Amino acid sequence: MPNNLVLNITYVLVLLFLGYVFGRRAESRHYKDIVRRESRLLQLPTINGKQPLGDISVVNCTLVRGSVVISVDYFKRMLAGLRAFFGGEMQAYETLLDRARREAVLRMKESCPGAVQIINLRIETSSIYRGAESVGSVEVLAYGTALYGEQPAESGFVPKVLPTPTRAAQPARSGPTG
Amino acid sequence: MFISNIETIPGKQVIACQGVVAGSTVRAKHAGRDLMAGLKNIFGGELKGYTELLEESREQAIDRMKRQAARLGANAIVNVRFSTSSVAAGAAEIYVYGTAVTVTD
Repeated sequence: MPNNLVLNITYVLVLLFLGYVFGRRAESRHYKDIVRRESRLLQLPTINGKQPLGDISVVNCTLVRGSVVISVDYFKRMLAGLRAFFGGEMQAYETLLDRARREAVLRMKESCPGAVQIINLRIETSSIYRGAESVGSVEVLAYGTALYGEQPAESGFVPKVLPTPTRAAQPARSGPTG
Repeated sequence: MFISNIETIPGKQVIACQGVVAGSTVRAKHAGRDLMAGLKNIFGGELKGYTELLEESREQAIDRMKRQAARLGANAIVNVRFSTSSVAAGAAEIYVYGTAVTVTD
């Protein structure tokens, strides 16, 4: 049945195209959004140690958390499938995880306006499955203890926004490179 | 109730320990959310339905843990940890646990 075959191939190609265009747009948009929000929240020190930075007088503390579930697009999943065959670095999934982690940390920070520090940051990742097959989406949970009180004059905290992976900033490339 | 994921409550003193308290919940997503997730699997992006679902579950698990601590007469929970596991297809268990303590200024 050649007709059926053509239909099937067209279907996959359309999905690939849609995934490529929309996935790429969503990713670069998301990265722009992440960088903008990260620079806004730079002055809230977040550390994964248990001792607060500087001499801080704490009046209150709460557990804060942020989480996000992100899915990879069809094109990248196909690319990752090829990679799984040949072995090597899976850049498609690296950016997915990077975006998810940074988004989760940002949501955590945004959930506690007025806090002066977040200590003991923990990040957990779990993959979400639908039925038996993996759908390539991940859940990231970030949590920590937010401290409220008097910010120390000198904490030695010099924050900077992290760079985004070069690939997201580059212009569109054509096709999988194997 | 004070909750933290470090061993103490900053600025307070632990005077009694009531032992480990925990809260858990198992949730499944409904079909509508699954349909949206299917679409998002083509286009990529955040699965908002799942994010909300897991957030609600976590809220409930924390609530249950707090209630347990309150029953023991504690006014704070320290060293809180989260854990997630998928127990069945399309369902996840959210588990949260910590140590119930009594603190004073």
